[in-house]
Amino acid sequence: MSRSASNSLPTTDLLKTRGLVKEYHSDGVSVEAVRGVDIGVGIGEFVAIMGPSGSGKSTLLHVLGGLERASRGEIWLRGQRVDKLSLAEWAVLRRKHVGFVFQFFNLLSNMTVADNVELPALLAGVTPRQARRRREELLSDLGLSEKAAASPARLSGGEQQRVALARALANEPSLLLADEPTGNLDSSNTRDVLRLLQRTHDRGQAILLVTHDARVASMADRVINLFDGMVADDHPVTRIPRPVSSVLELHGL
Amino acid sequence: MRQPLLAFLAKEPAHGYELKLALEQTFGEAYPSPNIGQIYVTLKRLEQDGLVRSQDVEQTTRPNKKVYELTEAGRDALRTWVDEPSDGPRVRDEFFIKLILAPMAGLADRMELINAQRRHYLGIMRNLAGLSATDTPARLLIEGAILHLQADLDWLERCQEELV
Repeated sequence: MSRSASNSLPTTDLLKTRGLVKEYHSDGVSVEAVRGVDIGVGIGEFVAIMGPSGSGKSTLLHVLGGLERASRGEIWLRGQRVDKLSLAEWAVLRRKHVGFVFQFFNLLSNMTVADNVELPALLAGVTPRQARRRREELLSDLGLSEKAAASPARLSGGEQQRVALARALANEPSLLLADEPTGNLDSSNTRDVLRLLQRTHDRGQAILLVTHDARVASMADRVINLFDGMVADDHPVTRIPRPVSSVLELHGL
Repeated sequence: MRQPLLAFLAKEPAHGYELKLALEQTFGEAYPSPNIGQIYVTLKRLEQDGLVRSQDVEQTTRPNKKVYELTEAGRDALRTWVDEPSDGPRVRDEFFIKLILAPMAGLADRMELINAQRRHYLGIMRNLAGLSATDTPARLLIEGAILHLQADLDWLERCQEELV
């Protein structure tokens, strides 16, 4: 998989951008939150985006997920250019191929947890039986089985975050986009989410997520550092061959 | 390893090999398996310093073994160690010195240094995450190391924001 800018159609990349720019206008002033980003995510690849707050990470993810329109540049998904699609067309494509976990969950509060998770699969045309089986599996993986009938409003922040992840995975998307998927979780809930991300990755689904959490980022095949709306670093995580006991040095002993 | 040995001896007299086992059982994989020779050398020094005393115990099928016990001075030394606040884990940081001095010497770009260091921290994190610690002290030590690494990464972001 090549990440360099090339003129050929990007076919080996699941997702690819070229010269992506996102501009916001307010009071006659325009601010570029994303300033010419070229990145790619291969089929089944796990990529983490890190960077200081305000570096454009969430904006980039929203543009890639079709939640906001790019100002300039190109977005290719599965070899198809998507940035020119209508919002409705893109929504159809997304329903089939992309799962999205928002930083603030966006769960439907007038539906149960179970219905929140099943809905995307039903919308994508999966049979109710399959949708239900998938939902039961996901909620069980995330330790939420006994919350299935609850309203999201009655859940803790950490529980809502896990329901949002289950919902994003309900369609078995080829690409999972997630904004700080462990941002509100304590360490035991984080472990559940990490395990599910790992399983998703092992199953060959690609993941592109924004995170500050070093545990999450260290699982990725590659880490992109975004700084000031631009890619400052794009490399695989360093493999350190030395034994772990050298890290766990008890000082003074 | 002086203080841990004193601490085990404060519980009950023991010989060198028992102390090795006690260290292993208490810390699990959190502590690199102690070398028995190092334990004997440390015990000998503690004895010279008057913090422990030893007694030869006869064994029928093996050579005599030395059983060590804590002295009053040893108990005082242990108490002083426990009561003292411990140093923070990061009193010196070699990377910071590099970050400040290397660009001045025309040797490296700060962004590159920060990027390489981030990848290195994430590599360490990956190794830590691969450990499956079942015993509590090892698990807590690993969690501590993970939190420190997280702080190091957050701090790299601050360096990136302020220095680049």
